[in-house]
Amino acid sequence: MTAALSVQGLQVAIGTGASSANVLRGVSLDLQRGEVRGLVGESGAGKSMLGRAVLGLLPANAVIAAGTIQFEGRDLVAMPEPERRSLLGRRIALIPQDPMTSLNPVKRVGAQIAILLRHHLALSKRGALERAAELLAEVAIREPRRVLELYPHEISGGMRQRVLIAMAFACDPSLVIADEPTTALDVTVQRQVLQLVERLRQRHGAAVLFITHDLGVVAKICRTMTVLHAGRVLEEGETAEVLAKPRHPYTRALLAATPRADRPAEALRPVPPALIENLWSEAHRLDRLVVAGPA
Amino acid sequence: MVDLALDSALGPPSRWIAGLKRGGPRLWVGAALVGVLVLAALLAPLIALHDPLEQDLMSAQLPPAWVVGGDLAYWLGTDSLGRCVLSRLIYSARTAVAVALIAASLAAAIGIAFGLIAGSFGGWVDQATSRLIDVWMAFPPVLLSIVLAAVIGAGLTSVIAAIVVVDWTRFARVVRAETMVQLQRDYAAAARVIGLSRSGILRLEILPNLIPLVVTLLAVEMGIAILVEVILSFVGISVAGDTPTWGGMIAEGRQIVYQAPWIMALPIGCIISSVIGFNLLGDGLRLVLDPVQRR
Repeated sequence: MTAALSVQGLQVAIGTGASSANVLRGVSLDLQRGEVRGLVGESGAGKSMLGRAVLGLLPANAVIAAGTIQFEGRDLVAMPEPERRSLLGRRIALIPQDPMTSLNPVKRVGAQIAILLRHHLALSKRGALERAAELLAEVAIREPRRVLELYPHEISGGMRQRVLIAMAFACDPSLVIADEPTTALDVTVQRQVLQLVERLRQRHGAAVLFITHDLGVVAKICRTMTVLHAGRVLEEGETAEVLAKPRHPYTRALLAATPRADRPAEALRPVPPALIENLWSEAHRLDRLVVAGPA
Repeated sequence: MVDLALDSALGPPSRWIAGLKRGGPRLWVGAALVGVLVLAALLAPLIALHDPLEQDLMSAQLPPAWVVGGDLAYWLGTDSLGRCVLSRLIYSARTAVAVALIAASLAAAIGIAFGLIAGSFGGWVDQATSRLIDVWMAFPPVLLSIVLAAVIGAGLTSVIAAIVVVDWTRFARVVRAETMVQLQRDYAAAARVIGLSRSGILRLEILPNLIPLVVTLLAVEMGIAILVEVILSFVGISVAGDTPTWGGMIAEGRQIVYQAPWIMALPIGCIISSVIGFNLLGDGLRLVLDPVQRR
């Protein structure tokens, strides 16, 4: 069976010529069907950029220099635009980072879900609103019909995120990219949102690429994980194994830098600057090798 | 805040009431002034006491009825040819309203189209459109209108054409800038991720966000169109000579301003109240139409 998502040797650079900077340096990643993969790394590691590359949302000045992105065996990079658009929202969905700004402020919740449903499922206006109410009920929103009539600014952040999750799973996708979906929410809501994502994933059998910098979240819901730094994969494997016996020093440092209730605050150590320095110079050395070419 | 909470509990119908309340006195005063103007234009043959062209040289230059020497048959007096000033004012409103509605709508349609294209395509399309607008705006608008009217010939069509040709840039500039801003928002990215095409995003997501802005501009533009029509008819290159217009009345009244100041003052009053009316209505409508109440 082909993997839900297969990224091979992906290189993404921002800018061109002398001022270009590599943000992904040959990332490879395979996501089996129904697999939940945590993608962790510090800010600037390139984890969001990887998600954006899959969705075709790279900034205008970013270029895919090398590598392939395959979705169920089909190359997303080479695919013609209309074909890719027919996959987006239907087979590949995104749970965005900031629920506050990811809904259109001047359209009612129902109308926004209806746009998605009508675009992909050819439903009537009425049918789309019916289905939207069912979807909202599925993400545990009480009085879904009333919420359909509300504008985004009239519902809470947690509720908006649930609306976005409902939209992500609306067309039975086989790949969901969750780009730090809990970062903008407060801790009590985070838990509900995680449970919701997990439940919907099981029901729809989707593979989830869970982008986060929170190792606690990864430990809770991801079976496998990938550690990214400076646009490179440093370590990957079963979550339990990686967390118990991290092989790469950076993963170890990352774990030591994560606050835990069962450890005193003094045990908390920042990632050693020397280690980061090392990793970056290694990355830059790789860049030069690429520029020089495999002579 | 209290009545806001009540409103959302009551559902959509009360939202209109809440919206209209938000418009405040500006909305009501503006709507009243514009309403009077439009009614006068529509019902001119019914409410005018005299034929605006009917001359009565025996009762030329009569003052308004309440002034000593006034005649109750001519409420606002007569002009130097003995024509009823009130009837002429009412009939002039027809030209003013026709020009305001048609010219402003056409200018808006053209401007919005250009603005959306420039704002969403970017690159050389945007460069070309923006430069075109810059050059266009460097022409003095009234002079351009006069030249145009002279070239196409006088008449209602040429007045409207002159205004559209000059003023579409006003819409294009604002819509272009706002489209760019809106496209940067997260909800626009979210719309791309659900697989909408560029035109789908513009039509379903961006345009609804532009409506409050466009409505305000449209109302202001209607006021401007009235002013331009007045200027053109004042210099005598608007509609045919015998059709009453405010600009024409001012031109006639100017020659006898010391003997009969009301002949010039009354059309000026009409112009001021219509322009103020359109501006207030635009302001009020913006608040009504914007569900987020960006104030």
